[in-house]
Amino acid sequence: MAAPADLRDHTPAPLPAPPRSPLRLLPGARPWAAAWPKLSAVVLVLVVWQLVVWSGWRPQFVLPAPLTVLRQFAEDVANGELLAATAVTLRRAAVGYPVSVAVGTALGLLVARFRVLRTAVGSLITGLQTMPSIAWFPLAILLFKLSEGAILFVVVLGSAPSVANGLLSGIDHVPPLLLRAGQVLGARGWGTYRHVVFPAALPAYMAGLKQGWAFAWRSLLAGELLVIIANRESLGVRLQFARELSNAPVLIATMIGILLVGIVIDALVFGQVERRIRARRGLASR
Amino acid sequence: MTAVISAAERLRQGNAVELDGVSKVHGSGRATVQALDGITLSVAQGEFVCVLGASGCGKSTLLDLLAGLEAPSSGTLRLGSATALMFQDSALFPWLTAARNVDLALKLRGVPRAQRPAKVAELLELVRLSDFADKRPHELSGGMRQRVALARALGQDAPILLMDEPFGALDAMTRDVLHTELERVWRITGRTIVFVTHNVREAVRLGDRVVLLTSRPGRVLAEFEVGLPRPRHLDDVEVATLAGAITERLRGEGHGHGRAG
Repeated sequence: MAAPADLRDHTPAPLPAPPRSPLRLLPGARPWAAAWPKLSAVVLVLVVWQLVVWSGWRPQFVLPAPLTVLRQFAEDVANGELLAATAVTLRRAAVGYPVSVAVGTALGLLVARFRVLRTAVGSLITGLQTMPSIAWFPLAILLFKLSEGAILFVVVLGSAPSVANGLLSGIDHVPPLLLRAGQVLGARGWGTYRHVVFPAALPAYMAGLKQGWAFAWRSLLAGELLVIIANRESLGVRLQFARELSNAPVLIATMIGILLVGIVIDALVFGQVERRIRARRGLASR
Repeated sequence: MTAVISAAERLRQGNAVELDGVSKVHGSGRATVQALDGITLSVAQGEFVCVLGASGCGKSTLLDLLAGLEAPSSGTLRLGSATALMFQDSALFPWLTAARNVDLALKLRGVPRAQRPAKVAELLELVRLSDFADKRPHELSGGMRQRVALARALGQDAPILLMDEPFGALDAMTRDVLHTELERVWRITGRTIVFVTHNVREAVRLGDRVVLLTSRPGRVLAEFEVGLPRPRHLDDVEVATLAGAITERLRGEGHGHGRAG
């Protein structure tokens, strides 16, 4: 770099090593850099919440202070109640979501493959996606009674369209040049799908899976509020009982649990996979 | 592809490609576009032919026909052997490493798994990218991507290599280097190359022969034998002189621009 002499005087000598804070050397330092803005946001929310409580807008037994709720949360975690309820709900998710993925993937493939099907049900899939899943429950309860089946039915209806749409848009947007390249290299029929279409559609499919998870989780919780099965205390049931008993700390502590599960799964499962896929292809990561 | 006769014995001795009155019409009804009109052209085995023309003169259509991606509307097209095609954009699969991109070409033509790694290494060596085998396309420069694409096209192991403006998107310096590389690869592998470009000097730099196409519809306007000794350089006086003559000839035809189709 040829800098003018007067400038060179002000430029520090060839990039002196940046002053290393001892924090940087600790293995935990990088996660901390990523975590502190999030923690600040949480603290801000707690502060606002506390201010609202202090303002006396609602009596404390309806809107308890953050500390009361956090204490309740810790207690519910410690005595295992909240974890047990989470386990019940997650077990349902572990059945419902894979079924949704299977149904959505099959649907997306069929619609992508057959023009007639696309004309017939293409817009219906998007329509289903906009349909609030809670609107399905009255019918589901008629069809399946108050059973696991009713919840599963609605979870699949709520989540499969997102999966199908993700796959479909991925397949529709495979760059034509790559299809040509595949053809030139000799890929035909199934080979085209295996070597070109599916890999090219993967990022959009992942986005569909992620959205599908969000819809499945929402439908599941909505279902648990309505379809209450005896002796199976799920997160939804805890919410419902807490409201009936006017136990606001338990109610809000359970909500925090629901939120945490959603965040953890989104960040750890989908966030990781998506980031890896995008980084591999040199796509901008958020 | 009824009009394509792939039997080598029907070709005149020593020819790799023969086109006889080949026309191609795109679309139907009112939207009809005549892309190629009565193209008659032959390419000898091992010959390096540059097809030169302005954008939209049907050069890419010509390659699509030769690659078997489309069939001619009329006329006959005879190929002595299989063809490989290399695109302007490298068209590498972004989810595969350089080596895996080359590997896929081998896999799709049925090379047994056990033989592929050595063959891939050999091809990457040929385009001087051995050190970048594990990089993905986005980690490579434009010139490197085209080298990988060349290795992949060579991996198809077709005696005829079709190239669709392969260096069109590269900067002048990289292009210069790749001209030399392509010439070297051509000499080593003995491929027949049909190289499409709109760059007159590039055509003269590389080709044994330059075929000039008109625009809309694409017709063969003239052919120039490039009798210049190799290696040549873009800035050689002889290259520039011949390129000038060809440009004159193109200008004389008004490039076909602005004329009613």
